[in-house]
Formats: sequence, structure tokens, C-alpha cells
Amino acid sequence: MTKAGTTGTTLVAADAPAPAVRLPRRRGIELSLIVVAVLLSVYGYCAVGLAKNGTVPPGAAGYGAGLGVLALVAHLAVRLRAPCADPLLLPIGVLLNGLGLVLIYRLDLETPGDHAAPAQLVWSTLGVALFIVVVLLLRDHRVLQRYSYVCVVAALALLTLPIFFPAVNGARIWIRIAGFSIQPGEFAKVLLAVFFAAYLAANRSALAYTGRRVLGIDRLQLPTGRVLGPIVAIWLLSVGVLILERDLGTSLLFFGLFVVLLYVATGRTGWIALGLLLAALGAVAVGQLEPHVHSRVEDWQHPFASIDAGQGPNQLAQSLFAFAAGGMFGTGLGLGHSILIGFAAKSDFILATAGEELGLAGLSAIFLLYGLLVERGYRAGLALRDPFGRLLAVGLASILALQVFVIAGGVTGLIPLTGMAMPFLAQGGSSVVTNWAMVALLIRVSDRSRSRLGVPKVEEADRTTAYDDRAEAAR
Amino acid sequence: MTRHIRHAAFFCALLLIALLVNATRLQVFEASGYDDNVANRRATFARYGQPRGDILVGREPVTGSHDTGEHLRYERTYANGPMYAPVTGYASQVYGTSLLEHTEDGVLSGTDPLLSPFPLGKGLARGRNPGGDVVTTLHRGAQEAAYEGLAGRKGAVAAIEPATGRILALVSAPSYDPSVLSGNGSSVTRSWKSLNGDADKPMLNRAVRKTYPPGSTFKVVTAAAALDSGVVQDLDEPTDSPDPYRLPGTRTSLTNESEGCEDVPLRKAFEWSCNTVFAKLGVRVGAKRMAATAAAFGFNKADLRIPFSVAESTFDPKVDRAQLALSSIGQYNTRATPLQMAMVAAAVANGGKVRSPYLVERTTRASGGTVSTAGSRPTRQAMHPSTSVRLKELMADAVREGTGTNAWIPGVTVGGKTGTAQHGLGNSGTPYAWFVSWAQGDRDLEPKVAVAVVVEDADADRGEISGGGDAAPIARAVMEAVLKSPSQDGS
Repeated sequence: MTKAGTTGTTLVAADAPAPAVRLPRRRGIELSLIVVAVLLSVYGYCAVGLAKNGTVPPGAAGYGAGLGVLALVAHLAVRLRAPCADPLLLPIGVLLNGLGLVLIYRLDLETPGDHAAPAQLVWSTLGVALFIVVVLLLRDHRVLQRYSYVCVVAALALLTLPIFFPAVNGARIWIRIAGFSIQPGEFAKVLLAVFFAAYLAANRSALAYTGRRVLGIDRLQLPTGRVLGPIVAIWLLSVGVLILERDLGTSLLFFGLFVVLLYVATGRTGWIALGLLLAALGAVAVGQLEPHVHSRVEDWQHPFASIDAGQGPNQLAQSLFAFAAGGMFGTGLGLGHSILIGFAAKSDFILATAGEELGLAGLSAIFLLYGLLVERGYRAGLALRDPFGRLLAVGLASILALQVFVIAGGVTGLIPLTGMAMPFLAQGGSSVVTNWAMVALLIRVSDRSRSRLGVPKVEEADRTTAYDDRAEAAR
Repeated sequence: MTRHIRHAAFFCALLLIALLVNATRLQVFEASGYDDNVANRRATFARYGQPRGDILVGREPVTGSHDTGEHLRYERTYANGPMYAPVTGYASQVYGTSLLEHTEDGVLSGTDPLLSPFPLGKGLARGRNPGGDVVTTLHRGAQEAAYEGLAGRKGAVAAIEPATGRILALVSAPSYDPSVLSGNGSSVTRSWKSLNGDADKPMLNRAVRKTYPPGSTFKVVTAAAALDSGVVQDLDEPTDSPDPYRLPGTRTSLTNESEGCEDVPLRKAFEWSCNTVFAKLGVRVGAKRMAATAAAFGFNKADLRIPFSVAESTFDPKVDRAQLALSSIGQYNTRATPLQMAMVAAAVANGGKVRSPYLVERTTRASGGTVSTAGSRPTRQAMHPSTSVRLKELMADAVREGTGTNAWIPGVTVGGKTGTAQHGLGNSGTPYAWFVSWAQGDRDLEPKVAVAVVVEDADADRGEISGGGDAAPIARAVMEAVLKSPSQDGS
């Protein structure tokens, strides 16, 4: 317990001298940043129209007004119920979502038969509505701890559902009802993050400090099966289901999320080693057994093999061409040819359009926006006292980081390609709604952490032992 | 826990750095390799994403660009396509470019670095410059006269301004409309196949890419060699030539189309185009000096570019005396492009100096500023100036009272030489009718135009094929067109 104890003490040391003054809440900054984000999106929308048709798109004002009203209502909800929340989270969400709408609209112009932007706008509205609902109704994130088992049951149910629906492009990850298609894996990731955080927070002492030693060495200590069993079972189940559904990106995401949270909760490096080992074994096994995966790895190693074979460039090669064409400053919105990538240009490969038309400068800006979002999530986690909140914040931030890395690394040829949606940017209803829910949770957590920073409560400051964590977790 | 959260955050930061480094590698350091990949269609899109510059005759463009609104946006259009095809060539989205469209592609498509207002600032701006224009040396009237003169027949016309080497007309018939090859649809493929399969070879540029036996027009070269070498010193002194002339070392006798060629002086022999006289003269001059004179006119040079390449005209120096006799009257292995024969006429008209011919007067930016000009062209002395004076006399006589009277223009000094070249196995083919000439108006200080015309008319009765009858009227029309218009430099 010494480690946790030290952590607690440092926090007290930081908290104790703090005077009981109100930390600046920065809601005005949030509002100005939202205005900037909306203006940037409208500017991008106009730039696309000017580049493609030579005129400002007729819907520019309406689009700007719609996005502005959505963002404003979300801001008011934050002002009302989470006044101390981190002022960067909401503007970043608005900017990424707005930019995503611009890119999808831009790609729509070249695919006359398939217009995705209106649907994406509807889903974004739903997402912001969910954001508002969460911010308004969820007064304290710790409430979620009580529903951790509901969450895991729901997550597993959502994950298994698509098995009963036909596969699309080789993966069974969609549910299609009445023309709408939903990707339940997207929702499942938040629910699973809640469950992992709750379970690990409740059992972290047992995981960290009990169990048998292996080979008599302290560092190699396996937790008892009673504690470790359920969570490993659930993790295996979810990853197994995903492999069955051939949703490699999401299974990789769950795997990474699990390892990161286990490491943060127990503080044992062995988990990372074990995680890497399992990942390597799993990757080799899946790569050998699954032709789908095998071909992805082949494509990654030899992106131009299909060109040499005379079959023309594949999607990855087209994506690399698009990034290269963008160069340092890009071709400008609407002036690239990333539509050559083909059917997934608006979803999996939308980053290629950003890379081609906004260049390395724009792409780096987008990466840094994601980086900032992740960093604010981690910061909120660090400033919290309760282990559940900390693990939840770390979990949500890690999901974002891992997802951005896996998809961006895939389309830029850094790692093998796994189909996943770029958070906020890509076309996809489930994804946008889930991401807004995640930002809502981060807002809630950051509000809690920042208000505690500003107004230290005596009774909380006093009970800063490791037992306190468990007491909070058990509550 | 705090420490481990920091570790996890650090891990996420590493992922972010990996993404940024990889993006930089891809978009900056390895970008050009991807840009140049053959399967990357962006270069093609960029190439056709802006209208192509135009090729101008005088001040009028003979090309244009049509916006299709497709990915390959602009297609080439041609005004009077068949007439200018031997100059412009085609610019096709499928089959590439040819002739001027090919050699001037950098300027026309906007990739030439000279088009940039800031040639050194290329690295920053990835966009390309608007296409520039190519101003040709062509004379619209001469080109029209040549094209109309050849209408319905197979053949070619080349006209040059002797003093400069500017090409005033370049026509090949039958021709084709390059606009049928511009786009990328299935009709383009069909047109390409049918043009290439056509027995008449409409895409062959006969004026510069096909060599013909020059026949009697080559007698101008033989006469120049004889005069320069001193084999003939007086135009009116009888030559010691039999009729018929038995080729040295053979039993073959060479005859003449016209009567009374025995021992005639060079002036009469040239006027009446006596084969026997010139065959024997060639033998007396010798293969070495004949070849040297021919080379000075431009024969046996494979690297002539105007700026597209011109087929090599040949005079075989490794011949026996019988072959030399035939070579000297433009038969056997002697072959010439119409452009080469125009250069021969131009050399006579220009005091014996051959100006290297050229077709591009200057190139300009889209805004009109000059990018480059033709500049000074290399000059070669083909014969002694006094020889050229005497040859001018001979050629003028041939038009005034010899075989070339059909080229006579009132009030103008016209010099010419007819030719009827036999070809094919055992001379079985329909002969080619040739005419080379130059013209000088009474008020001009020097000859204004030199022309070569060849008509390979398959339909005509063999007896009627003659340089004087078929080719000379076309040459006259071209010369009249040039002389009629006032001096026009690039107008």
C-alpha cells in the first residue's frame, strides 16, 4: 500500500495549502473557443463550395447556424451542470465534428449517388443531444459504478448482436434495421470502459497484493483466480466475439484498453509484459489462421504489390498517394483527388482527405487536437481522488488515443490496416454518438476534478488513505 | 496510481509522436516517390485539369481546349485539324502527344519551369503554371494553298523562307483530324485503330517523316557539285554526253524523256532535264565529291530537328560508277524528304547558304510575355556563292522555257526544277511527281520562298505524272500566297 499511500500524501500536500478560493471556471473561454470552432467549420464548408462550384454553398448559413445552436446548447448545459469542467473538451469536439462534416460534404460532391453528410448531421445532433442528457442527468460519475454489471451485460449483448446479421465487407459488426445501420461495438467500448474501471477500482488491492508468487520472485506474482478470473473471462469473451466478427480494430482497442487499465490499477509492469506477449501470440495466431488478417498484413508490408501485379493500386496505396499529394500545405479543401480511394473514403479513410487537402500542417493540427483531448482526459483523471473516476478518465482517454493511433497508423502505412472510425471525423452514426457520450463523461469527470482542486473539502482531504479509495469504490 | 497514469499518458504521447513522425515521412520526405508512381493518377488529373496552351499560326490559334467537366477535364480541340495536323500533331488523353504537341509539351501543359514567374520558388507552390502558347513560323496563306492544292491526292508540301529557314508551310495528304484522338472515350480508341489501320497512312507526316526518291529534282545538287568541282566551267559549253548513255560497267542504257540531249550544254540539259547528261556528270564528279555536296545540303544527317525530328535524307557514298550515275539523277539509293528538297531550293535562292529550318518562332506565357525565341540558327555553305548565282539562272530558265513553265508567275522571278521519280520493283510503282522552286518578287531584294512539292498520285495515268504537270501548279500557288502578302514577321 505504500505506493498508493505516497500518492495520497502528495495530493494532500498539493491540496492542503490551497486557499478556499474559486478556481477560474473558464466558461467564457469555452464559449469563445466554440465560436472559433463553428466559424472554422463554416469557413471550411464555404471553401469546399468555392473550390468545387465557384460559389458559396447555399446551405452555408443554415449549416453554420445549426452547428452553432447545437454547440451553444451543449455549452449552456455545461455552464448549468458542470461549471468547473475543462473548457477545451467541448470546443475540440465541436471542431472535429464540424471538420468531419465538411470533409464528408466535400466527398459527397464527387459521389452523386451517395450523400452521407445530411445523415451525419442528424447523427451529430443526436450525439450532442446525448451529450446534453448525460451532462444534465449524471450529477456524479461515481453513480456509474453501481451499474457496472449492467454495463458489462449490455456491452456483451451489443457485441454479440451483429452475429445474427449479415456481414458487410467481410465484417459482422453492423445491425441493419429499417435502413439504419448501427455499429454496436462503438457503444460497447464505453460500457466496457465503465465496467473495467469499476471492477479494477474495487479489486485493485487484491489484484496488486495477493496471490501466489511464481518461482519465489516478488515481481512475478499472479493474483488469485477468484479476483482475476471474471475480468479475464469478460475480456476474452469480448475479444473472442470481435475476432469471430472480424472486427480487428475494436478487438485490438479492447485489448489495449484492458492492459492499460490493468497496469494503471495495479502498477505492475508484469501486466504490460504479459499483455505484449499475449498480443504478439494473438497477432501471430490470427494472422496465420485468418486470411482476412493475413491479407491486411501483406498489404501493409507491400502496399504496391497490386500495382506491380497489374491490378492497379489498392485502397492503402491510394491512401498513401493521397497523403503524399498533400505535401506540406495540402492542395486546399475540395481540390484533392482522395475520392480515388474508393468505397471507404468517407469512413475509414477520411483522414486521407484531410492529409491531401490540408497537408501535413492540417493533419498535424488534427492529431494535436486529438492529443489535446486525450491529455485533458488524463489530466482530469490525475486530479481526481476516487480510483473509479481516475480509471474511467484514463480509460476514456486511452480509448481515444488507441483508436486514433490504430486508424491513423493504418491509413498512413505505419501499422496494418484495421477498419475503424476516426473519432468525430469519419462518417458513421454510432461512432459520432458514442464519441459525444465519451466527451460528456470526460466533462463530468473533469468538472468533478477541477471543482475539488479549487474547493478542497476537509473531510475528503483527511481521509486520504488507501482504504479511502476502497471505501469510495465500495460506496 | 498517479505515477502509472503518467506512464500511460507518456505512452499515449509516444503514439502521437509516432503518428506525427510517420506523417512527416510520408508527406514530406517520400512524397515525390509516391507522386511519381505510375499508378498515381494525380499527375494526369493535374495535366488535364487546366486548359492547354495554344499553337498559333500568325496571331490565330489553330488549337483550343474544351472543358468536359470530367476528372480529365480539358480536351484538345483543333481548328482546321487536318490542314495543320502535320505541324501540331495530336494531344490525346490516351495516346499521348506527337509533333509540336509533343516537343512543346512543357510549355503547352505548363510544366516548363521557365513559365513560372519565380523559377526558383517552385518548391513552395505545388500548383502548376497556366499553359503557354507556341507561335509557329507558318504562313497561313501558304499552308492553305498547299493543303488545297493537294486536296484529294497523296503527297506533301514543304515551304521555307530561304534567308532565315523559317518553315512557311508543311502539309501532308491525306491527313486526319487530331481532335478525334483528344479525349479518352471508346470513340478515341476506335479512331486510333482505324487511323493506324488505314492503308493510306493519314497519320504519316509525309513532309518530314517520309523519304522519296527525289528524281530529277536532285539534278540541282548534281549541277552544284559539277560547277563547284570545276567539272563544268561554262554553262553553255557542250558536254561530252552520249544519248543513250550506257551505265559504266554495265549493258544498261539510260535514256531521256525528251529528244536532243546528246552533248547539250548544262543550261539546255537542265532546262530539258536530260538524264544522260547528269548521270555522266555525276560519274565525272565522283562519289566522294557528290556525297560531300549532298551532305552540305543536308543529306545523310539524322539529327535534324524542327523541333520534332526529320527523317534522314540519304545519298549513298559507297556506290560503283553505274550506281553513282543513277544516284546522281535522284534514283538508286538517293532519297529525300520534301523538307530536304525545299532546303535544296532555298540554298540556291540564298546565295548557297543553307539555313537550318525551324517551325517555332517563339513561346510565350499565357499572359503574353515571351519565354523563348527561335534565336539564330546554324548556317552551312552548300556551294560556292558564284555557283548559286549560276544555278539560279538555270532554275529560272527551266521555269521560263523548260519543263517548269507551269510554275511561272507574271512579274516574279521563279526558279524551279521538275522531277518524276520512278520507284518500286523494276519501276513498277506509279512515279512520284516532284517540283522544287523558289520565287522572288520584282521589288524583293532576295527570294522570299522556296518550295518542294511531291505528289504520289496513284490514280493518274502514268503518262501524265510529271513534276511540271502535277506538282508545279501547287508550288506556284504556295509561292503566290507568300509573295502576295506583305512581309509578315510572326503575324
